[in-house]
Order: sequence, then structure tokens, then C-alpha cells
Amino acid sequence: MKLSAKTATLLVLALLVAVSPFFFPSGYYYRVGALIFVNGIAVTGIVILTGYAGQISLGHAGFAGIGAYACALAPVHLGLHPALAVVLGGAISAVLAFLVGRPILRLKGYYLGVATLGFGILVSMVLNNERELTRGPDGIEVPELGLRGVLKDWGLDLTNGEFWYFFCGLALILGAWLALNLYGSPTGRALRALHGSEVAARTVGVDVARMKLQAFVISAVYASVSGSLLALQNKFITPDVAGFMHSIEMVTMAVLGGVGSVLGAIFGAGILTLLPQVLTVFAEYEQLVLGLVMMVVMIFLREGLLPSILRRLRGTGE
Amino acid sequence: MTREAREALLSVEGLGIAFGGLKAVNDVSFTVRPGEIVSVIGPNGAGKTTLFNMISGVYLPGMGKVKLMGEEVTAMAPHLLARRGMSRTFQNLQIFQSMTVLENAVTGYHLTERGPVLADLLGLPSSRRRARASEEGARRLLARVGLERAAEREAGNLSYGSLKRLEIARALALNPKILLLDEPAAGCNAVETEEIDHLIAEVAASGVAILLVEHDMKMVMRVSNHIVVLDHGEKIAEGDPATVSRNPAVIAAYLGAENADG
Repeated sequence: MKLSAKTATLLVLALLVAVSPFFFPSGYYYRVGALIFVNGIAVTGIVILTGYAGQISLGHAGFAGIGAYACALAPVHLGLHPALAVVLGGAISAVLAFLVGRPILRLKGYYLGVATLGFGILVSMVLNNERELTRGPDGIEVPELGLRGVLKDWGLDLTNGEFWYFFCGLALILGAWLALNLYGSPTGRALRALHGSEVAARTVGVDVARMKLQAFVISAVYASVSGSLLALQNKFITPDVAGFMHSIEMVTMAVLGGVGSVLGAIFGAGILTLLPQVLTVFAEYEQLVLGLVMMVVMIFLREGLLPSILRRLRGTGE
Repeated sequence: MTREAREALLSVEGLGIAFGGLKAVNDVSFTVRPGEIVSVIGPNGAGKTTLFNMISGVYLPGMGKVKLMGEEVTAMAPHLLARRGMSRTFQNLQIFQSMTVLENAVTGYHLTERGPVLADLLGLPSSRRRARASEEGARRLLARVGLERAAEREAGNLSYGSLKRLEIARALALNPKILLLDEPAAGCNAVETEEIDHLIAEVAASGVAILLVEHDMKMVMRVSNHIVVLDHGEKIAEGDPATVSRNPAVIAAYLGAENADG
């Protein structure tokens, strides 16, 4: 029996999440793994926006910032449970993406890039400057999610690292499942159609503006949840989460791995999250390496690493 | 029954557009009735495709009206025209290159298969049912245009003639009341042209109105019920194929004024 691409992708992901810990040299790698998954979630959103619908955003870290700060602020100021704060962050991001996306998505190509960039910077500035609320650039502590304690009461005693590793792993698989469902669905087809030719998509009845907006809103929620999970596991967050570099990171990860494929993009997130951990020198030259990676991939591997490798393996390389 | 006795499905009334002072199309009027094949012909640069683009909402007309089933639809967005039963193909192919042939045809079912985005994200049975129904329809259409065996191939790899037929299949998926075909036989060999011929006649026989722009004169004379001739953006003649082909103004436009004089 031939596995569908969707089932295969989900199986590979589940296996990676389940089996990788057996190869971890130390408990520290649970944390690295959890970071990869958190980035993987944001990047899956980029796949929907850029890979499916062909729209670019250079400001998605803004939504990650909203998700992160929702988890820092809502429990304290609104008395919300942190888990509900994740939902609130996602809802705020969705509404903002809807409002901001309506005018922005009329733009094309680099105009769209610049407009989304502006949005990201705006969020970042608010987080930096509203010191009364966010405590500015120094960051703010984030309450405990509390789920680990519940699991312990049920007899499942995980270390903090293990808990976040598996929790984020599950969240990523869920996110990938949604994105893969979307791919072959009527909505996904319409998104890929307008990516291929807006003119043709319109003539078959696709409301291009509306579909773009849907993709933008969905991907914003992905970024928001990613930001929330980052904040919750670090128990501390700074405005850097909404910074320009973070937006660029998301796009680079997706493009590096292959923006048209969920698994490819997550693979890209894995590489770019792992690299700075393995090569500590990399940390100082992060921006340089990101730029270099972007250029090399654009020139030599337009489809991204994973799709290019798979093509070679199947022997259908150019 | 005479042509005029039947209700027009599409009527174009005094349509015109200028690009920077140049009148690309000027005051063109004609009608298309259900089941009828109307062709728009004229030398290169006569404004045929421009006319098409105004009718299908791609360009904003500078003057005149477009009416679909009696209702004015001038300058209406293409996706709304699609909902009202207008469907079209393009002169310079607008294929979704990275999709398979089947998926290309399936996109034509967008209006019937679309549903709540949440259902699509969750992969609910309702979403899968919608997707499956349109895939089945698309396979039938591919068979109708002779592309069923290429269904799983990436569309970008198909021959030009096959892509032309794929575009027609996609346009038919909308179950249109009027189908606009912009040079469907361009770049096709004789066999392919004949196949497209048959297809067009068949579609028209099922009651669909067809508006055709085509360079292949033999094909136009063969399939058309009615011909509109454009030259330099103006309508210079109109009528059935026999009448139009004898019209001196038409002959002049096609052969050049000097030959007609001499």
C-alpha cells in the first residue's frame, strides 16, 4: 500500500519526536529539541502563507510577540489560566492579522514584504516602549503553565526539559496535521491556485483577496502559538521575540528547508536551531550566516534543501 | 427561429477602452445567445483580446456596458462573473504550473467545492467529501478532453496543445452559461484543432453560449454561427460566416487596403 504524503509526513514527524531522545547526549538536548519544535510551528505557518499562497511576510515575529506577551500578561492582569492565555494570544493575533491584512494583502511582492515588516517593527516598538505594562527591553517573567504538575499527579513524572520537549513535539505534529489537511482541501487548492496565477484563480471564481487574508490569519495564529510556547517554557520573555531578526529567521528556516513542504520547512527549522547550539562561534555571526544561507539556497536550491534532496534520491534531478 | 428572436445571454453595448490616447477598442456592440458560437475575428492588434479582457472583468472599460442575462455586469470582478456563469480561457495560457493536471482541472470546481476553512483545516469528512466530488468531476472532464491518462502528471510538463485542452476542461468545470475561448487552437496541430472543434460544437450543443477569438480562419468558418469582425478596435462587419467572408471591408482589412483597391 502506498502511503499518502500526509500520512508519511506525520509518521516521520512522530518518529523523530519519539526516537530522538534515545540519542540525546545530555538532558540539555530536550531543550534544544523543544526549541526546534517551537520554531517548527511558526515555520509551518509560513509554509501556509508563503509556500501555499505565495505571499511573503517579514513581520510574523510580531504575532509571535503577541502570543508570548499574552502568556506573560493575561494571567497576571486578567487572571486567565496560562493555557487560556495561549488561546487569547491566538485570537488577538487572528483579529490583528485580519485588520492589518485587509489593506496590506492588496500589495504585491516587495511592497507586501515592506508593509508586513512595518507591522512587525510596530509590535516590537510597543513591547519595548510600553514599560508600565511590558517592562520594556529587560523582559518579563511568564507564569508556569502548570500542566507538568497535573501529569505528575496522574503518575507521569517528567523533568521540565522532557515535558516541554514532548508537549511542543505534540503541538508541532498537531500543527503539521492541520497544515497538511489544508493542502489538499478546497481552500488549500484555491491558495495554491492563486499562487500559480492570480488571474486564472479569479476566473475560476476564487476570491483572491479573501483567500490571501485567510492564509495570513491562519499563519499569524501559528506564529502566535509558537511565541506563547516559547514564553511558557522559558518562563521569561523579552521583546526580541517580536524583533525583525526573528521574522527573518522564520522565513529563512522555511526557505532553507523548502517552503512548499511542511516537512521540509520543519527540517529547515531544525538545522537553523541546531547550528548555533553545535557551533558556538555561530552565535556571534548569526545574522551573517542567515544571510549567506538565504543567498546560497536562493541561487542553488530554489525549492529548498529537503525537496532538492528528495528529488536527487528519486533520481529525477535536473 | 431567427437569431434575434431569442433572448441574448451576453450583450456587449458600445464597449470601448483607450490606452494613453490610443483607442484599443471603440464602440463595439454584439450579442451572444444560448447554444450559439460567436467568433470575434480581426487582424493582429485589432483589439480582440482587449475586448475579451473587458468582458471578463480583467480590464475596466472606458465606455459601454456588458450585460449577462439582462443584468449589467460591466467591470464586475472576475470571481463574481464566474459565480454568474462566465468562464474563460487565455490566449497565453494561465495554467497552475506546479499542480498536477488533475488538480488544475479540479480548481475549476472551486465555487462548488469551497466550504468553511475550519472544516478544511481539520480535514472533516464534509471537507473530504467536497474535495472528492470535484476530483471525480475533474476526471470526467479530463476524459472528455482526452487528458485522462495525464491526470497525475505535473501540468508544466505537458505539450502546448494539451495545456490548451486542460484550460478548456478547467473552464468547463465551472458549468458555465457562457464560455469565452481566447485562441483555443493557437499552437495546435491539425488533429488537435479538429478535436477542439468537436469539443466546442459539443459544448455549444448542450446550450452553452460560446464567444470565440481565433486566428485559424478555417476553424472559425466551420464552427461559428455568427462572426464579429474587428479592425483597429472598431467593428467593421458582423453576420453569418458566408456573409462575412464576402464582405469587402473584411477582405480589405485582412489583405490590406492596397490589394482590395487593386
